[in-house]
Amino acid sequence: MAKLGDLARLIRSKNAGPFLLTFDIMFGDAETYRTVKDARVLTASLIAKTYGIPEEHVRLVEYDPGWAFKATIPRPIPSGDPLDTDIYGAQQHAPLVDLELSVVPNRP
Amino acid sequence: MKEIRLLAPNGNLGSGYLLSSLEHGLAANPDVIACDSGSTDNGPSYLATGEPYFPRPLYIRDLSHLIRAGLTRRVPVIIGSAAGAGTDPGVNFLADVIREIVRKESLHCRLALIYSDQSKTSILDKLAAHRIRALWPSDDLAPRTVEHAERIVGMMGCEPLVNALDAGADVILAGRASDTSLFAALAVLRGFPPGPAWHAGKILECGAAAAVHRFHPDCMMALVREDHFIVWPPNPEMSCSTVSVAAHTLYENADPYLMREPSGTLVTRECRYEQVDERSVKVSGSQFQEARPYTIKLEGSEFVGFHSIVISGIRDPMIVRHLEPFLAEVRARTERQVAENVGLTTPEYLLNFRVYGRDGVMGRLEPVKEPAHEVGIVFETFAPSQEQANSIVATAHYLALHNRVPQWTGMVTNLATPHSPSVVARGRAFRFSINHTVEPDTPTEMFRTVFEQL
Repeated sequence: MAKLGDLARLIRSKNAGPFLLTFDIMFGDAETYRTVKDARVLTASLIAKTYGIPEEHVRLVEYDPGWAFKATIPRPIPSGDPLDTDIYGAQQHAPLVDLELSVVPNRP
Repeated sequence: MKEIRLLAPNGNLGSGYLLSSLEHGLAANPDVIACDSGSTDNGPSYLATGEPYFPRPLYIRDLSHLIRAGLTRRVPVIIGSAAGAGTDPGVNFLADVIREIVRKESLHCRLALIYSDQSKTSILDKLAAHRIRALWPSDDLAPRTVEHAERIVGMMGCEPLVNALDAGADVILAGRASDTSLFAALAVLRGFPPGPAWHAGKILECGAAAAVHRFHPDCMMALVREDHFIVWPPNPEMSCSTVSVAAHTLYENADPYLMREPSGTLVTRECRYEQVDERSVKVSGSQFQEARPYTIKLEGSEFVGFHSIVISGIRDPMIVRHLEPFLAEVRARTERQVAENVGLTTPEYLLNFRVYGRDGVMGRLEPVKEPAHEVGIVFETFAPSQEQANSIVATAHYLALHNRVPQWTGMVTNLATPHSPSVVARGRAFRFSINHTVEPDTPTEMFRTVFEQL
């Protein structure tokens, strides 16, 4: 088991417009990215469970040229709404950082 | 093969850049200097009020060098989404800054102002003609939402900019515009294949963000040819790598392979990234699929109420460990007292307690349930008038201050309030209310261009 935050070079969240929240899980080398991709553990289902939302609300993209996974969900509250907590959507990725994955990192 | 050079001073006009970086960029002979000045990321208030995002001196500083460079080198300068949200007042605000700069520098300038505010009547007409669609995940647009909007803008594509360039504008100051179109416009005017031009624009719109290490807001440059482009940061201490450039389409987009513009979609699925030297990356394979029909994105903002807040902290473990029933009691007592003293009942006003240390940042997405040793609470109210908002939040704060704590017996004071006076009146609050696209008759009919000779 490995923590996603230890495998990734960067995990971040941000608005993709005021109504969507997009998460990027970016790896520092092709090999780590490929290991995680081939393990098929970073899925829309996992994101949905982590954030307590229906799986059909998660759009997951595997982005090979950037060694990154991207997951986009509807913002629970639009940016700038009275009850919004985070105008930029910049601090919503924390649950991904400590996510445990069954992946064996190939490190020398 | 023909080529064109694009220079971006930074990703947000007013955020600053190193003058030395700009000079390096200018030494590489740009054909156009363009800069994005706005974003919905700034929140809904700038769209509603037309107030500028940055204080005026920051715009003067950033624009002075660009205007001087552009006018003396005869290189067009394009600014889009003026002053934070691209509103008509935002355009007028920056136009004033530009006039001041041109006067001070004793230069001459053909200025094009392109306005993007939309009248409610025109939007209602388009709605009645079934030309408006919702963007995911918004609902269909209701007429009452249009009527209630404080302001609506349309996001222009490159066409109004192309026309202004063609008409000989030296400086183009645009209202709400697609960030990428500011950079693609000159290439489109000159008949370049769109793929590389739009992709280069996608990277440059964020200034130095696609560099390996962006130390501070700074410049980015691209050399666009017919079947590829090369991108590099003018600052010699920054560099681009294949991954930093490839990864850039991840930023703030739902899909790094497909990015929708008014006139089409940028497709990066077939792109190849090559490191051409230590600091520069070549990108080939960018494609642009024309849109049928052509659509313009609408953004709208509506008034919610007057906003007041009080900030306090709680450290007493007996309260922190039983915070939910404590706050529920405070809420119930506040509602009773407000009904009597202010004459309002919910939902005529909104009372919210933000609890930092529990779920202040993530709200209902927060998975962690253990309380911290202390919490920070922001009591806040949205109400029809500022006085009512002040009264309600002051009531909530005062009731929380001495609300009974079941675990203790006797008179308690429950809040560590850092400020006196503690009520902060924040003025008018807004929310985004329109997130839709419209099919215009033509790409330019929704926008008004005015020329001025300075």
